[in-house]
Amino acid sequence: MLDIQKIRSDFPILSTTVCGKPLVYLDNGATAQKPNVVIDTINRLHTRQNANIHRGVHYLSEACTEEYENARRSVVTFINANSTREIVFTAGTTAAINLVASSFGDEFVQEGNEIIVTIMEHHSNFVPWQALCRRKNARLRVVDLTGDGDLDLEQFQEFIGEKTRLITVAQTSNVLGTVNPVSDIIKLAHSYNIPVLVDGAQSVVHSKIDMQALDCDFFTFSGHKFYGPTGIGVLYAKEKWLDVMPPYQYGGDMVATVTVEDTTFADLPLKFEAGTANYIGAIGLGAAIGYLEGLGMENIQQYEQELLQLAHKLADETAGMTVYGRTKRKAGILSFLLDGIHHYDTGMILDKMGIAVRTGHLCAEPLMTYMGVTGLVRASFGLYNTKEEVQALFDGIKKVQQMLG
Amino acid sequence: MTINEIQDQIVEEFSVFNDWMDRYSYLIELGNGLQVMDEKYKVDQNLIKSCQSRVWVNADLADGKIVFTADSDAIITKGIIALLIRVLSNQTPKDIMNANLYFIDKIGLKENLSPTRANGLVGMVKQMRDYAIAYNSILANQ
Repeated sequence: MLDIQKIRSDFPILSTTVCGKPLVYLDNGATAQKPNVVIDTINRLHTRQNANIHRGVHYLSEACTEEYENARRSVVTFINANSTREIVFTAGTTAAINLVASSFGDEFVQEGNEIIVTIMEHHSNFVPWQALCRRKNARLRVVDLTGDGDLDLEQFQEFIGEKTRLITVAQTSNVLGTVNPVSDIIKLAHSYNIPVLVDGAQSVVHSKIDMQALDCDFFTFSGHKFYGPTGIGVLYAKEKWLDVMPPYQYGGDMVATVTVEDTTFADLPLKFEAGTANYIGAIGLGAAIGYLEGLGMENIQQYEQELLQLAHKLADETAGMTVYGRTKRKAGILSFLLDGIHHYDTGMILDKMGIAVRTGHLCAEPLMTYMGVTGLVRASFGLYNTKEEVQALFDGIKKVQQMLG
Repeated sequence: MTINEIQDQIVEEFSVFNDWMDRYSYLIELGNGLQVMDEKYKVDQNLIKSCQSRVWVNADLADGKIVFTADSDAIITKGIIALLIRVLSNQTPKDIMNANLYFIDKIGLKENLSPTRANGLVGMVKQMRDYAIAYNSILANQ
């Protein structure tokens, strides 16, 4: 059992007011707020221990390097990877996916090949592949949905073949909340020797992730959605892929020796970490991992499911409200529209009541077009949200309907 | 009336509202009352697309003045459009080009017109100014 009031006191921003009302922060899918332990870590590093990593012989550089590499070890443990060689720090999920699209794509995707994506992907896991296919004259195959917001698994079976070079899929949809059966997709792909990238941006915060059990080839997530700092993220990749992929960017810290004639590259994972790493972000992410491990991912998942179930119950009781994404396996995301009311108007009025939600196409335009809407309102729950806040959302929705209905 | 006289009038009207609810209720009322845009103008060429709400804007020149018509799929956006049209429509291209739109800030709706707010309104103001520049050069060449 989580002590939610105790948890809330760990997040200073939650006690602020917006438009004179207590903040009800339900935009966790966009970014999560930060606990004191993360804020204090960043502050401590800037005030007492800042020095560039991996190159200084002096005390601060050594200390900072050690914390950076400890953060990498925290990631290994947290997602149950094999070793630190599989963990590349990036600027975020987008940067991680672009790294794979560029390095893996340049090496292994040729004209006439195919990449399989899905219609529910965030733009971050769609546009890089579309661009790769353009560059290579390859074909992007897009898997559709079934009625309730589940992926059409038969279509994977239909699309997969000797031309396929990669399957890339979100573990959890940022719009529908659908938790995709990625294990099944990975098993299918591996039976054809095809690698799979799993976009974990929305899943890693809601449940325990295990690379050994999942067996995906690539896994990506962002620090800032994970109660950690912005500008830091993780690419997990199996060593066998990182070994054969060329570097993504070139510069300092990623080289072994450089001569006028030639350059050899550093060992994994530094081969993919050109330039000064965001070490403060990475160490902050390590602090966030420590915080979440202290609470227990299973506890977080269970509590968020209670919030989601309450939200669905209240939605069912609300006339004139359509929920998008009604599959059984969902994470704490409720996307909806109110009859005859534009999503922007809904978001604006909710904002005036101190309730922060996301509105618009939610960086998933192909999915919006597929569903025949111009945008949605999305409430996304985090571990510090309360049942009272879910109720406040629905009180707000009633007010919106009164004003605009 | 001049652009600034109309702006001052709007600021005066909004000064009676004490809280956001009244202000937004009035905006919604204005949005509902916005003159209907002829469907023939609601074409992609006139569309200012943003991730939040869609805005269409059209401008015609009549007797040396620009007549704007506009529409949006979001009602609060339409309310602001109604205000923008009230301020800028039936004015000369030159006056529109030189207008300083201070009323938005003064009536507490600045957030709706901040460059980072992707609701199409910033695009709409820019579009209205661009129309003014274009018509101004047409008039100058006549």
